[in-house]
Amino acid sequence: MSAQVLQVAEVEALSPLVTRFRFVHPEGEALPLFSGGAHVVVEMPDGAVLRRNAYSLISDPLDGSGYEIAVRRDEAGRGGSRFMHAEVAVGDLLRVGAPVNLFALDLRARRHVLIAGGIGITPFLAQIRQLIRLQLPFELHYAVRSRAEAAAARLLPDLAQVHLHISEEGSRMDLGEILSGQPLGTHVYVCGPEGLVDGVLDTARCLGWPKGALHSEAFLAPPPGEAFEVTLARSGRKIAVGPHQSLLEALEAAEVEVPWLCRGGACGQCETHVTSCSGHIEHHDHWLSDEARASQSAIMPCVSRFRGADLTIDR
Amino acid sequence: MPRTEFSPAIFSRPVYPGLISQGAVPAIMLAEGAGAEALIDLALADASVMDRAHVIYIPARGDSATGARLGQLGAKMYHEAPSYAACLERYRKALADAHMGTWLYLAGSEGLIGQAAAEATAAGLPADAILSEHRGPVTRRMQCVHCKGITEEVATDPFTCAHCGRSLFVRDHFSRRLGAFQGVAIDAETPGIVPEPRSIQR
Repeated sequence: MSAQVLQVAEVEALSPLVTRFRFVHPEGEALPLFSGGAHVVVEMPDGAVLRRNAYSLISDPLDGSGYEIAVRRDEAGRGGSRFMHAEVAVGDLLRVGAPVNLFALDLRARRHVLIAGGIGITPFLAQIRQLIRLQLPFELHYAVRSRAEAAAARLLPDLAQVHLHISEEGSRMDLGEILSGQPLGTHVYVCGPEGLVDGVLDTARCLGWPKGALHSEAFLAPPPGEAFEVTLARSGRKIAVGPHQSLLEALEAAEVEVPWLCRGGACGQCETHVTSCSGHIEHHDHWLSDEARASQSAIMPCVSRFRGADLTIDR
Repeated sequence: MPRTEFSPAIFSRPVYPGLISQGAVPAIMLAEGAGAEALIDLALADASVMDRAHVIYIPARGDSATGARLGQLGAKMYHEAPSYAACLERYRKALADAHMGTWLYLAGSEGLIGQAAAEATAAGLPADAILSEHRGPVTRRMQCVHCKGITEEVATDPFTCAHCGRSLFVRDHFSRRLGAFQGVAIDAETPGIVPEPRSIQR
Protein backbone atom coordinates (compact mmCIF):
# COMPACT_ATOMS: atom_id res chain seq x y z
CA MET A 1 0.00 0.00 0.00
CA SER A 2 1.38 3.39 -0.90
CA ALA A 3 1.36 5.42 2.27
CA GLN A 4 3.21 8.60 3.14
CA VAL A 5 4.08 10.29 6.39
CA LEU A 6 1.80 13.30 6.97
CA GLN A 7 1.72 15.83 9.76
CA VAL A 8 -1.31 16.65 11.87
CA ALA A 9 -2.02 20.36 11.28
CA GLU A 10 -5.37 20.81 13.05
CA VAL A 11 -7.33 18.95 15.72
CA GLU A 12 -10.80 20.32 16.42
CA ALA A 13 -13.71 18.92 18.44
CA LEU A 14 -16.85 19.04 16.28
CA SER A 15 -19.06 17.54 18.98
CA PRO A 16 -18.42 15.78 22.29
CA LEU A 17 -17.74 12.54 20.39
CA VAL A 18 -16.45 13.64 16.99
CA THR A 19 -13.10 15.27 16.26
CA ARG A 20 -11.80 16.64 12.98
CA PHE A 21 -8.15 16.05 12.02
CA ARG A 22 -6.32 17.83 9.23
CA PHE A 23 -3.20 16.22 7.72
CA VAL A 24 -0.66 18.09 5.58
CA HIS A 25 2.59 17.15 3.91
CA PRO A 26 5.46 17.96 6.34
CA GLU A 27 7.30 19.91 3.58
CA GLY A 28 4.12 21.55 2.32
CA GLU A 29 3.96 19.51 -0.90
CA ALA A 30 0.60 18.99 -2.60
CA LEU A 31 -1.19 15.72 -1.87
CA PRO A 32 -2.88 13.62 -4.58
CA LEU A 33 -6.42 14.83 -5.31
CA PHE A 34 -9.32 12.43 -4.85
CA SER A 35 -13.04 12.11 -5.57
CA GLY A 36 -15.97 12.49 -3.19
CA GLY A 37 -16.55 9.34 -1.14
CA ALA A 38 -12.87 8.33 -1.02
CA HIS A 39 -11.24 7.13 2.18
CA VAL A 40 -7.71 6.91 3.50
CA VAL A 41 -6.23 4.34 5.86
CA VAL A 42 -4.47 5.95 8.84
CA GLU A 43 -1.75 3.90 10.54
CA MET A 44 -1.64 4.22 14.33
CA PRO A 45 1.34 2.90 16.24
CA ASP A 46 -0.54 2.10 19.47
CA GLY A 47 2.08 0.55 21.71
CA ALA A 48 3.00 -2.86 20.33
CA VAL A 49 0.00 -2.86 18.00
CA LEU A 50 -0.07 -1.18 14.59
CA ARG A 51 -3.66 -0.19 13.94
CA ARG A 52 -4.91 0.69 10.48
CA ASN A 53 -8.31 2.35 10.31
CA ALA A 54 -10.11 3.65 7.23
CA TYR A 55 -11.70 7.11 7.37
CA SER A 56 -13.68 8.94 4.69
CA LEU A 57 -12.09 12.17 3.53
CA ILE A 58 -14.31 15.15 4.38
CA SER A 59 -12.28 17.93 2.76
CA ASP A 60 -12.58 19.35 -0.76
CA PRO A 61 -11.56 16.64 -3.27
CA LEU A 62 -9.83 19.24 -5.44
CA ASP A 63 -7.81 20.74 -2.58
CA GLY A 64 -4.42 19.03 -2.39
CA SER A 65 -3.17 21.23 0.45
CA GLY A 66 -4.39 18.71 3.02
CA TYR A 67 -6.63 15.78 3.89
CA GLU A 68 -9.31 16.05 6.58
CA ILE A 69 -11.13 13.27 8.41
CA ALA A 70 -13.72 13.20 11.20
CA VAL A 71 -13.33 10.49 13.81
CA ARG A 72 -16.13 9.40 16.13
CA ARG A 73 -14.91 8.15 19.47
CA ASP A 74 -16.14 4.60 19.93
CA GLU A 75 -15.74 3.47 23.53
CA ALA A 76 -16.77 -0.10 22.70
CA GLY A 77 -14.51 -0.30 19.66
CA ARG A 78 -11.10 -1.86 19.43
CA GLY A 79 -9.15 1.28 20.23
CA GLY A 80 -8.39 3.04 16.95
CA SER A 81 -10.77 5.92 17.52
CA ARG A 82 -9.74 6.17 21.19
CA PHE A 83 -6.12 6.40 20.06
CA MET A 84 -6.95 9.20 17.60
CA HIS A 85 -8.83 11.13 20.28
CA ALA A 86 -6.42 10.60 23.16
CA GLU A 87 -2.98 10.36 21.60
CA VAL A 88 -2.91 12.41 18.41
CA ALA A 89 -1.98 16.09 18.68
CA VAL A 90 -1.00 18.90 16.31
CA GLY A 91 2.50 18.34 14.97
CA ASP A 92 2.40 14.53 15.18
CA LEU A 93 3.51 12.47 12.20
CA LEU A 94 1.36 9.56 11.04
CA ARG A 95 1.48 7.33 7.98
CA VAL A 96 -1.59 7.90 5.79
CA GLY A 97 -2.42 5.81 2.71
CA ALA A 98 -3.34 7.14 -0.70
CA PRO A 99 -7.06 7.87 -1.18
CA VAL A 100 -9.19 4.96 -2.44
CA ASN A 101 -12.82 5.39 -3.47
CA LEU A 102 -15.32 2.56 -2.98
CA PHE A 103 -18.30 4.92 -2.66
CA ALA A 104 -18.01 7.22 -5.66
CA LEU A 105 -20.79 9.28 -7.20
CA ASP A 106 -22.23 7.79 -10.37
CA LEU A 107 -21.80 10.78 -12.65
CA ARG A 108 -24.25 9.36 -15.18
CA ALA A 109 -27.02 10.20 -12.71
CA ARG A 110 -29.19 13.23 -13.40
CA ARG A 111 -29.83 13.88 -9.74
CA HIS A 112 -28.13 12.70 -6.56
CA VAL A 113 -29.99 12.03 -3.29
CA LEU A 114 -27.59 11.63 -0.37
CA ILE A 115 -28.86 10.15 2.90
CA ALA A 116 -26.62 10.15 5.98
CA GLY A 117 -27.14 8.89 9.51
CA GLY A 118 -24.85 10.21 12.25
CA ILE A 119 -21.13 9.88 11.46
CA GLY A 120 -22.18 8.45 8.05
CA ILE A 121 -22.22 12.07 6.89
CA THR A 122 -18.44 12.00 6.32
CA PRO A 123 -18.21 10.78 2.68
CA PHE A 124 -20.99 13.20 1.71
CA LEU A 125 -19.05 16.22 3.00
CA ALA A 126 -16.57 15.70 0.17
CA GLN A 127 -19.23 14.61 -2.33
CA ILE A 128 -21.34 17.75 -1.97
CA ARG A 129 -18.29 19.91 -2.65
CA GLN A 130 -17.82 17.92 -5.85
CA LEU A 131 -21.53 18.16 -6.75
CA ILE A 132 -21.62 21.91 -6.13
CA ARG A 133 -18.51 22.43 -8.24
CA LEU A 134 -19.99 20.36 -11.09
CA GLN A 135 -23.33 22.21 -10.67
CA LEU A 136 -25.22 18.92 -10.47
CA PRO A 137 -28.66 18.70 -8.88
CA PHE A 138 -28.59 17.04 -5.46
CA GLU A 139 -30.29 16.91 -2.08
CA LEU A 140 -28.72 15.87 1.20
CA HIS A 141 -30.58 14.44 4.19
CA TYR A 142 -28.60 14.28 7.43
CA ALA A 143 -30.32 12.41 10.23
CA VAL A 144 -29.13 12.69 13.83
CA ARG A 145 -30.65 11.99 17.24
CA SER A 146 -29.99 15.37 18.82
CA ARG A 147 -28.66 18.76 17.80
CA ALA A 148 -25.59 18.22 19.99
CA GLU A 149 -24.75 15.07 18.01
CA ALA A 150 -24.98 16.86 14.66
CA ALA A 151 -21.20 17.10 14.46
CA ALA A 152 -21.11 18.01 10.79
CA ALA A 153 -23.90 20.58 10.87
CA ARG A 154 -21.58 23.54 10.63
CA LEU A 155 -19.43 21.93 7.94
CA LEU A 156 -22.48 21.83 5.66
CA PRO A 157 -23.22 24.65 3.23
CA ASP A 158 -26.27 26.81 3.92
CA LEU A 159 -28.33 25.59 0.96
CA ALA A 160 -32.02 24.87 0.53
CA GLN A 161 -31.28 21.32 -0.62
CA VAL A 162 -29.41 20.44 2.60
CA HIS A 163 -31.84 19.03 5.17
CA LEU A 164 -31.07 18.34 8.81
CA HIS A 165 -33.41 15.82 10.49
CA ILE A 166 -33.25 15.77 14.29
CA SER A 167 -35.38 12.94 15.67
CA GLU A 168 -35.31 14.34 19.23
CA GLU A 169 -36.91 17.54 17.91
CA GLY A 170 -39.58 15.65 16.00
CA SER A 171 -38.18 16.17 12.48
CA ARG A 172 -37.51 12.49 11.83
CA MET A 173 -36.53 11.55 8.31
CA ASP A 174 -39.40 10.18 6.19
CA LEU A 175 -37.74 7.79 3.74
CA GLY A 176 -40.94 7.11 1.80
CA GLU A 177 -41.38 10.79 1.12
CA ILE A 178 -37.74 11.32 0.13
CA LEU A 179 -37.76 8.37 -2.26
CA SER A 180 -41.19 9.00 -3.85
CA GLY A 181 -41.53 11.15 -6.92
CA GLN A 182 -37.84 11.50 -7.68
CA PRO A 183 -37.26 12.24 -11.38
CA LEU A 184 -35.93 9.60 -13.76
CA GLY A 185 -32.17 9.22 -13.58
CA THR A 186 -31.93 9.90 -9.83
CA HIS A 187 -29.38 7.89 -7.85
CA VAL A 188 -29.53 7.36 -4.08
CA TYR A 189 -26.52 7.09 -1.77
CA VAL A 190 -26.82 6.05 1.86
CA CYS A 191 -24.19 5.88 4.56
CA GLY A 192 -24.77 5.29 8.24
CA PRO A 193 -25.80 2.63 10.71
CA GLU A 194 -26.97 -0.69 9.27
CA GLY A 195 -30.60 0.01 10.21
CA LEU A 196 -30.65 3.16 8.12
CA VAL A 197 -28.89 1.52 5.15
CA ASP A 198 -31.36 -1.39 5.22
CA GLY A 199 -34.28 1.02 5.64
CA VAL A 200 -33.32 3.05 2.59
CA LEU A 201 -32.62 0.01 0.41
CA ASP A 202 -35.85 -1.75 1.45
CA THR A 203 -38.00 1.36 0.97
CA ALA A 204 -36.44 2.01 -2.45
CA ARG A 205 -36.99 -1.59 -3.58
CA CYS A 206 -40.64 -1.45 -2.45
CA LEU A 207 -41.09 1.72 -4.49
CA GLY A 208 -39.67 -0.02 -7.58
CA TRP A 209 -36.20 1.52 -7.71
CA PRO A 210 -33.77 -0.60 -9.74
CA LYS A 211 -30.63 -1.83 -7.94
CA GLY A 212 -28.21 0.08 -10.14
CA ALA A 213 -29.51 3.42 -8.84
CA LEU A 214 -28.83 2.52 -5.19
CA HIS A 215 -25.45 2.93 -3.51
CA SER A 216 -24.62 2.22 0.10
CA GLU A 217 -21.69 2.27 2.45
CA ALA A 218 -22.02 0.90 5.94
CA PHE A 219 -19.05 2.09 7.91
CA LEU A 220 -17.67 -1.11 9.23
CA ALA A 221 -15.00 -1.32 11.85
CA PRO A 222 -13.76 -4.80 12.65
CA PRO A 223 -15.90 -5.87 15.60
CA PRO A 224 -14.13 -7.18 18.68
CA GLY A 225 -14.96 -10.72 19.78
CA GLU A 226 -13.53 -13.79 21.43
CA ALA A 227 -9.93 -14.81 20.79
CA PHE A 228 -9.52 -17.61 18.23
CA GLU A 229 -6.84 -19.51 16.36
CA VAL A 230 -6.33 -20.14 12.65
CA THR A 231 -4.08 -22.56 10.81
CA LEU A 232 -2.29 -21.39 7.68
CA ALA A 233 -2.54 -24.09 5.02
CA ARG A 234 0.65 -23.08 3.15
CA SER A 235 3.04 -23.14 6.10
CA GLY A 236 1.12 -25.12 8.68
CA ARG A 237 1.63 -22.30 11.18
CA LYS A 238 -0.97 -21.53 13.81
CA ILE A 239 -1.84 -17.88 14.44
CA ALA A 240 -3.61 -16.56 17.52
CA VAL A 241 -6.11 -13.71 17.03
CA GLY A 242 -6.76 -11.56 20.09
CA PRO A 243 -10.19 -10.31 21.19
CA HIS A 244 -9.49 -6.75 19.99
CA GLN A 245 -7.51 -7.78 16.95
CA SER A 246 -8.85 -8.61 13.49
CA LEU A 247 -7.68 -11.72 11.65
CA LEU A 248 -6.07 -9.42 9.08
CA GLU A 249 -4.12 -7.61 11.79
CA ALA A 250 -3.02 -10.92 13.30
CA LEU A 251 -1.81 -12.10 9.87
CA GLU A 252 0.08 -8.83 9.38
CA ALA A 253 1.63 -9.10 12.85
CA ALA A 254 2.83 -12.58 11.85
CA GLU A 255 4.25 -11.09 8.63
CA VAL A 256 1.88 -13.00 6.35
CA GLU A 257 1.20 -10.86 3.30
CA VAL A 258 -2.49 -10.28 2.56
CA PRO A 259 -3.71 -7.73 -0.01
CA TRP A 260 -6.19 -5.17 1.33
CA LEU A 261 -7.80 -1.89 0.39
CA CYS A 262 -10.70 -0.89 2.65
CA ARG A 263 -10.20 -2.98 5.81
CA GLY A 264 -13.97 -2.73 6.27
CA GLY A 265 -15.44 -5.75 4.48
CA ALA A 266 -16.45 -3.90 1.33
CA CYS A 267 -13.73 -4.06 -1.33
CA GLY A 268 -13.06 -7.80 -1.54
CA GLN A 269 -9.27 -7.53 -1.73
CA CYS A 270 -8.49 -9.70 1.29
CA GLU A 271 -10.96 -12.51 0.46
CA THR A 272 -9.32 -15.72 1.62
CA HIS A 273 -10.20 -19.28 0.68
CA VAL A 274 -11.06 -21.56 3.60
CA THR A 275 -9.58 -25.03 3.17
CA SER A 276 -11.20 -26.59 6.19
CA CYS A 277 -13.56 -25.38 8.86
CA SER A 278 -15.10 -27.11 11.82
CA GLY A 279 -16.96 -24.45 13.66
CA HIS A 280 -18.73 -21.24 12.74
CA ILE A 281 -17.38 -18.25 10.78
CA GLU A 282 -18.89 -14.98 12.00
CA HIS A 283 -19.18 -13.16 8.69
CA HIS A 284 -19.32 -9.37 9.13
CA ASP A 285 -18.53 -8.29 5.56
CA HIS A 286 -20.59 -6.84 2.72
CA TRP A 287 -18.65 -8.71 0.06
CA LEU A 288 -19.26 -12.47 0.06
CA SER A 289 -22.33 -13.99 -1.55
CA ASP A 290 -24.91 -15.70 0.62
CA GLU A 291 -23.78 -19.06 -0.82
CA ALA A 292 -20.12 -18.43 0.04
CA ARG A 293 -21.15 -17.43 3.55
CA ALA A 294 -23.36 -20.45 4.10
CA SER A 295 -20.81 -22.93 2.74
CA GLN A 296 -18.04 -21.32 4.86
CA SER A 297 -15.72 -21.62 1.86
CA ALA A 298 -14.27 -18.11 2.19
CA ILE A 299 -13.62 -15.51 4.86
CA MET A 300 -12.89 -11.78 4.84
CA PRO A 301 -10.05 -11.49 7.40
CA CYS A 302 -10.50 -7.72 7.78
CA VAL A 303 -13.80 -7.96 9.69
CA SER A 304 -14.86 -11.60 10.14
CA ARG A 305 -14.11 -13.86 13.06
CA PHE A 306 -14.33 -17.55 13.95
CA ARG A 307 -15.71 -19.71 16.75
CA GLY A 308 -15.00 -23.42 16.86
CA ALA A 309 -12.41 -26.18 16.79
CA ASP A 310 -10.45 -25.55 13.60
CA LEU A 311 -10.22 -22.99 10.80
CA THR A 312 -7.60 -23.52 8.10
CA ILE A 313 -7.16 -20.79 5.50
CA ASP A 314 -5.26 -20.68 2.22
CA ARG A 315 -2.51 -18.23 3.24
CA MET B 1 -45.79 -16.83 -31.37
CA PRO B 2 -43.20 -17.92 -28.78
CA ARG B 3 -40.16 -15.93 -27.69
CA THR B 4 -37.53 -15.48 -30.37
CA GLU B 5 -34.17 -17.11 -29.56
CA PHE B 6 -30.81 -16.32 -31.16
CA SER B 7 -27.67 -18.33 -31.74
CA PRO B 8 -24.71 -17.00 -29.71
CA ALA B 9 -23.12 -13.82 -31.13
CA ILE B 10 -20.65 -11.13 -30.07
CA PHE B 11 -20.88 -9.82 -26.52
CA SER B 12 -22.40 -6.46 -27.45
CA ARG B 13 -25.34 -8.03 -29.23
CA PRO B 14 -28.44 -7.24 -27.17
CA VAL B 15 -30.28 -10.02 -25.41
CA TYR B 16 -33.93 -9.89 -24.41
CA PRO B 17 -34.36 -11.90 -21.23
CA GLY B 18 -38.15 -11.67 -21.19
CA LEU B 19 -40.77 -9.85 -19.15
CA ILE B 20 -40.93 -10.51 -15.41
CA SER B 21 -43.56 -8.81 -13.25
CA GLN B 22 -42.22 -6.18 -10.86
CA GLY B 23 -45.61 -6.08 -9.14
CA ALA B 24 -48.05 -3.21 -8.86
CA VAL B 25 -45.53 -0.41 -9.40
CA PRO B 26 -45.97 2.34 -12.01
CA ALA B 27 -45.25 0.90 -15.45
CA ILE B 28 -45.13 1.89 -19.09
CA MET B 29 -45.73 -1.02 -21.46
CA LEU B 30 -45.11 -0.70 -25.16
CA ALA B 31 -45.84 -3.65 -27.44
CA GLU B 32 -46.01 -4.22 -31.15
CA GLY B 33 -47.59 -7.05 -33.18
CA ALA B 34 -46.77 -10.43 -31.63
CA GLY B 35 -45.39 -8.63 -28.57
CA ALA B 36 -48.98 -8.48 -27.27
CA GLU B 37 -48.70 -12.15 -26.35
CA ALA B 38 -45.79 -11.33 -24.03
CA LEU B 39 -47.96 -8.78 -22.17
CA ILE B 40 -50.85 -11.26 -21.99
CA ASP B 41 -48.49 -13.90 -20.52
CA LEU B 42 -47.16 -11.31 -18.10
CA ALA B 43 -50.65 -10.42 -16.86
CA LEU B 44 -51.53 -14.11 -16.57
CA ALA B 45 -48.49 -14.64 -14.33
CA ASP B 46 -49.33 -11.62 -12.15
CA ALA B 47 -52.52 -9.64 -12.75
CA SER B 48 -51.42 -6.86 -10.37
CA VAL B 49 -48.72 -5.79 -12.83
CA MET B 50 -51.50 -4.01 -14.78
CA ASP B 51 -52.81 -2.00 -11.80
CA ARG B 52 -50.64 1.04 -12.53
CA ALA B 53 -49.69 0.28 -16.13
CA HIS B 54 -49.98 2.57 -19.13
CA VAL B 55 -50.18 0.19 -22.10
CA ILE B 56 -49.49 1.34 -25.67
CA TYR B 57 -50.05 -1.24 -28.41
CA ILE B 58 -49.19 -1.13 -32.10
CA PRO B 59 -51.17 -3.98 -33.73
CA ALA B 60 -50.19 -5.64 -36.98
CA ARG B 61 -52.10 -4.16 -39.92
CA GLY B 62 -55.64 -5.52 -40.06
CA ASP B 63 -55.47 -7.27 -36.66
CA SER B 64 -58.11 -5.96 -34.27
CA ALA B 65 -58.61 -9.16 -32.26
CA THR B 66 -55.27 -9.07 -30.37
CA GLY B 67 -55.78 -5.47 -29.28
CA ALA B 68 -59.23 -6.32 -27.96
CA ARG B 69 -57.73 -9.05 -25.75
CA LEU B 70 -54.97 -6.74 -24.55
CA GLY B 71 -57.48 -4.01 -23.73
CA GLN B 72 -59.25 -6.34 -21.32
CA LEU B 73 -56.23 -7.04 -19.10
CA GLY B 74 -57.20 -4.29 -16.66
CA ALA B 75 -54.45 -1.80 -17.44
CA LYS B 76 -54.87 1.61 -15.85
CA MET B 77 -54.58 3.16 -19.33
CA TYR B 78 -54.78 1.42 -22.71
CA HIS B 79 -54.02 3.03 -26.05
CA GLU B 80 -53.70 1.66 -29.56
CA ALA B 81 -51.63 3.32 -32.26
CA PRO B 82 -51.12 2.47 -35.93
CA SER B 83 -47.33 2.90 -35.78
CA TYR B 84 -44.43 3.68 -33.46
CA ALA B 85 -44.19 7.14 -35.02
CA ALA B 86 -47.87 7.74 -34.26
CA CYS B 87 -47.50 6.90 -30.56
CA LEU B 88 -44.10 8.51 -30.06
CA GLU B 89 -45.44 11.76 -28.55
CA ARG B 90 -47.65 9.85 -26.12
CA TYR B 91 -44.74 7.58 -25.19
CA ARG B 92 -42.42 10.55 -24.66
CA LYS B 93 -45.01 12.27 -22.46
CA ALA B 94 -45.39 9.09 -20.39
CA LEU B 95 -41.61 8.99 -19.91
CA ALA B 96 -41.44 12.70 -19.09
CA ASP B 97 -44.12 12.26 -16.39
CA ALA B 98 -42.48 9.14 -14.92
CA HIS B 99 -40.56 9.02 -11.65
CA MET B 100 -37.94 6.66 -10.26
CA GLY B 101 -39.69 3.38 -9.51
CA THR B 102 -41.40 3.27 -12.92
CA TRP B 103 -40.64 0.15 -14.95
CA LEU B 104 -40.68 -0.12 -18.72
CA TYR B 105 -41.89 -3.32 -20.40
CA LEU B 106 -41.09 -3.63 -24.11
CA ALA B 107 -42.26 -6.47 -26.37
CA GLY B 108 -42.13 -6.95 -30.09
CA SER B 109 -39.55 -6.72 -32.86
CA GLU B 110 -35.92 -5.91 -32.21
CA GLY B 111 -36.36 -2.61 -34.03
CA LEU B 112 -39.16 -1.50 -31.71
CA ILE B 113 -37.34 -2.61 -28.56
CA GLY B 114 -34.14 -0.87 -29.68
CA GLN B 115 -35.80 2.44 -30.51
CA ALA B 116 -38.04 2.49 -27.47
CA ALA B 117 -35.18 1.58 -25.10
CA ALA B 118 -33.02 4.33 -26.63
CA GLU B 119 -35.84 6.85 -26.14
CA ALA B 120 -36.31 5.77 -22.51
CA THR B 121 -32.59 5.93 -21.75
CA ALA B 122 -32.45 9.42 -23.24
CA ALA B 123 -35.31 10.37 -20.88
CA GLY B 124 -33.18 9.21 -17.93
CA LEU B 125 -34.74 5.82 -17.23
CA PRO B 126 -32.01 3.50 -15.86
CA ALA B 127 -31.17 0.57 -18.15
CA ASP B 128 -31.96 -1.86 -15.33
CA ALA B 129 -35.55 -0.57 -15.16
CA ILE B 130 -36.16 -1.73 -18.74
CA LEU B 131 -37.48 -5.24 -19.38
CA SER B 132 -37.79 -6.60 -22.89
CA GLU B 133 -39.05 -9.64 -24.72
CA HIS B 134 -38.43 -10.26 -28.39
CA ARG B 135 -41.46 -11.62 -30.20
CA GLY B 136 -41.81 -11.48 -33.92
CA PRO B 137 -39.54 -11.32 -36.93
CA VAL B 138 -35.74 -11.56 -36.83
CA THR B 139 -35.41 -8.69 -39.32
CA ARG B 140 -33.13 -5.91 -38.12
CA ARG B 141 -33.20 -2.15 -37.90
CA MET B 142 -29.87 -1.11 -39.47
CA GLN B 143 -27.93 2.12 -39.50
CA CYS B 144 -25.64 2.78 -42.46
CA VAL B 145 -22.40 3.93 -40.80
CA HIS B 146 -21.54 5.91 -43.97
CA CYS B 147 -24.65 8.02 -44.67
CA LYS B 148 -26.22 7.48 -41.17
CA GLY B 149 -29.60 6.60 -42.71
CA ILE B 150 -31.71 3.93 -40.99
CA THR B 151 -33.11 1.03 -43.00
CA GLU B 152 -35.96 -0.82 -41.28
CA GLU B 153 -36.85 -4.52 -41.49
CA VAL B 154 -33.62 -5.70 -43.07
CA ALA B 155 -33.97 -9.41 -43.89
CA THR B 156 -30.82 -10.17 -45.88
CA ASP B 157 -27.04 -9.86 -45.57
CA PRO B 158 -25.71 -7.92 -47.41
CA PHE B 159 -28.53 -5.47 -48.07
CA THR B 160 -28.91 -2.19 -49.93
CA CYS B 161 -29.01 1.00 -47.86
CA ALA B 162 -32.41 2.62 -48.45
CA HIS B 163 -30.75 6.06 -48.35
CA CYS B 164 -27.34 6.00 -50.14
CA GLY B 165 -27.67 2.71 -52.04
CA ARG B 166 -24.42 1.15 -50.74
CA SER B 167 -24.28 -2.61 -50.25
CA LEU B 168 -23.98 -3.09 -46.49
CA PHE B 169 -22.71 -5.98 -44.40
CA VAL B 170 -25.02 -6.74 -41.43
CA ARG B 171 -22.97 -6.60 -38.23
CA ASP B 172 -23.92 -7.83 -34.75
CA HIS B 173 -22.55 -4.54 -33.41
CA PHE B 174 -25.51 -2.73 -31.84
CA SER B 175 -25.81 0.96 -30.92
CA ARG B 176 -27.87 1.42 -27.77
CA ARG B 177 -27.96 5.15 -28.41
CA LEU B 178 -29.58 4.68 -31.83
CA GLY B 179 -31.39 1.44 -31.09
CA ALA B 180 -30.03 -0.02 -34.33
CA PHE B 181 -27.40 -2.40 -35.67
CA GLN B 182 -24.49 -1.08 -37.71
CA GLY B 183 -24.17 -1.75 -41.45
CA VAL B 184 -20.77 -1.34 -43.12
CA ALA B 185 -19.98 -1.21 -46.86
CA ILE B 186 -19.22 -4.80 -47.88
CA ASP B 187 -17.28 -3.88 -51.03
CA ALA B 188 -15.15 -1.02 -49.70
CA GLU B 189 -11.91 -2.77 -50.66
CA THR B 190 -13.26 -4.62 -53.72
CA PRO B 191 -15.66 -2.10 -55.29
CA GLY B 192 -18.53 -3.74 -57.07
CA ILE B 193 -17.81 -7.25 -55.80
CA VAL B 194 -20.81 -8.00 -53.61
CA PRO B 195 -21.68 -11.52 -52.40
CA GLU B 196 -25.14 -12.96 -53.04
CA PRO B 197 -27.56 -11.72 -50.35
CA ARG B 198 -28.52 -14.47 -47.90
CA SER B 199 -31.39 -14.55 -45.50
CA ILE B 200 -30.37 -13.22 -42.07
CA GLN B 201 -29.39 -16.02 -39.71
CA ARG B 202 -30.69 -15.98 -36.22
